[in-house]
Amino acid sequence: MSDPYLVDDIRSKGAKKDSIRDGFGRGLLAAGKKYDQVVGICADLTDSTKMSLFADAFPERFIEAGIAEQNITTIGSGMAAMGKIPFVSSYAAFCPGRTWEQIRTTICLNDRPVKIIGSHAGLFTAPDGATHQALEDITLMRVLPNMVVLVPCDSVEAEKMALAMAADPRPNYVRLARAESTIITTDRTPFQIGKAYVFREGSDVTIVATGTSTYQALVAADMLHKDGISAEVIHAPTVKPLDTATILTSVKKTKAVVTAEEGQIAGGLGGAVAELLGEEYPVPLRRIGVRDLFGQSAQTPDELLKHYGLDAMHIALAVHQVIERKHA
Amino acid sequence: MNPSRKNSPHCQISVSGYNYTDMQQIFSIEALEIKAIAIRQDIIKMLELAHSGHPGGSLGQADIYAALYFNILKHDPKNPDWNERDILIQSNGHTCPVRYAAMAHAGYFSRDHLWTLRTFGSILQGHPERIKLPGVENTSGPLGSGLSQAAGMALALRMNKQQHRWVYVITGDGELNEGNNWEAIMLASKYKLTNMIAIVDRNNIQIDGPTEVVMPLEDLRAKWEAFGWHVLEIDGNDIEAVIDAVGMAKAIVEKPVVILAHTIPGKGVDFMEYDFHWHGVAPNHEQAKLALKEIHTLRGKINKEHD
Repeated sequence: MSDPYLVDDIRSKGAKKDSIRDGFGRGLLAAGKKYDQVVGICADLTDSTKMSLFADAFPERFIEAGIAEQNITTIGSGMAAMGKIPFVSSYAAFCPGRTWEQIRTTICLNDRPVKIIGSHAGLFTAPDGATHQALEDITLMRVLPNMVVLVPCDSVEAEKMALAMAADPRPNYVRLARAESTIITTDRTPFQIGKAYVFREGSDVTIVATGTSTYQALVAADMLHKDGISAEVIHAPTVKPLDTATILTSVKKTKAVVTAEEGQIAGGLGGAVAELLGEEYPVPLRRIGVRDLFGQSAQTPDELLKHYGLDAMHIALAVHQVIERKHA
Repeated sequence: MNPSRKNSPHCQISVSGYNYTDMQQIFSIEALEIKAIAIRQDIIKMLELAHSGHPGGSLGQADIYAALYFNILKHDPKNPDWNERDILIQSNGHTCPVRYAAMAHAGYFSRDHLWTLRTFGSILQGHPERIKLPGVENTSGPLGSGLSQAAGMALALRMNKQQHRWVYVITGDGELNEGNNWEAIMLASKYKLTNMIAIVDRNNIQIDGPTEVVMPLEDLRAKWEAFGWHVLEIDGNDIEAVIDAVGMAKAIVEKPVVILAHTIPGKGVDFMEYDFHWHGVAPNHEQAKLALKEIHTLRGKINKEHD
């Protein structure tokens, strides 16, 4: 395995935290500096989605469309047609939540390389409640032909992702979380669209995680180590196209799998891995995700992760279950 | 008729400093009307063979498309991605037969393809797909997203310092029920997108019936004006009026311009005209035969008018 150059101790009190959306905002600014064609289109959430960094630096390349998600999506399609690299941003609950058909027709079928930023996705927008906690976005985007689906695990990776998206010729969706989360990667950690990375080697079970759940998976692996279980943790920042080779190589070694994501259990990363293994290499599998429920308000994401069974403890429990089945 | 348009075809012209050597010819109004007749004939034949499709709006817009493809648009059918071309966005993709027929006559592809409409493997999908047919600027069918794509193109062209390229967008009237349109209408006004021209096919019908019964659009002029657009109203079945209106729209530099083009749905076929039942039903063999006969008569009338 190539060294993932992770932060040494992500569980220490001094572990640094940062908001993923902030990292992406910095990355978009960098992408704007690197590529003249990058434009930003926002729906009255410029500061909230951290597109403000780009908008302040490049006011002549920024379009404020007001509260009109369908419009930012389709304006983006038009701008891409004329050679621009449009990043359109809103909350994931509204875009892609409200704009799925426009994305399908004017971006995916029309094959225009629009970059859709779904901020405030998942349970990390804890206090806002169920209306704003988009849990379905990964699934909605994953079923669209031509679409690339990206979920960064921390702000450092999000920054790299923005630059990679600007250079990618396909339509992209990126899912961002609002609240601060622990930084687990470093500037040296590799990132490429389409690649999954072994963040921790192990032999008894493979945990495939994405987004903020990768942190939970790494914590779970520590807990399992104390129980004498060696867990391999794969971080899949690209949910589509899935890096099937990396996952299959690991699963052929461990023969048991748990997936972890902070979204609906149906059709997300867990769904993708289950589809892959069902066809290619069936082994005991458990998926961690929200089980066909809506979210709700809470002061912190941790309260919700615990309530919906998405925290490290639940991942570790699921690992015990698949290992038991493997040996049954 | 404006005598300056009675130029003979196959001449070389220069407009706004751009040379159109072999790419574009000037057609007389009579020649354009004959083109519109040919387009209508092809629409009927295509739909009869396809057994499905939308004749009402397609026939109604034949004059607008003839004006666009054979007079207004700066384009090169042999080089559909030409970086100096004007853009034509068709928002009401269900009326693609009129665009397909106009494109075939303009030389984008062989007319033989027209008879493959809506069949397996055809470049002419039931609703137009950009990837399958070079020269089509946008995949469309789901209504209400053409204006915003056009606005995005107009914005990008301005950023690219290519304001001299025009973005035309044709929408149906019924599709103005869609909210996305009004988001785009607001945005085009905010950003003063004077390099785009919208044309509304105001034919007063949609699938469920007359527009004013299904979801009243009037006062449509006042609505656009209230959103900050300049409104021109014309007879959309009068080719000269279409050309003149576009010319006028180009001269208005402080606001985006919409042309409310009043058309007769099913125009040219007596039993289809004004009847919303012909919005989305293909003619059978007998009906097609009768329709072609009526369109032929229309041609006779044109010849007479221009004698």
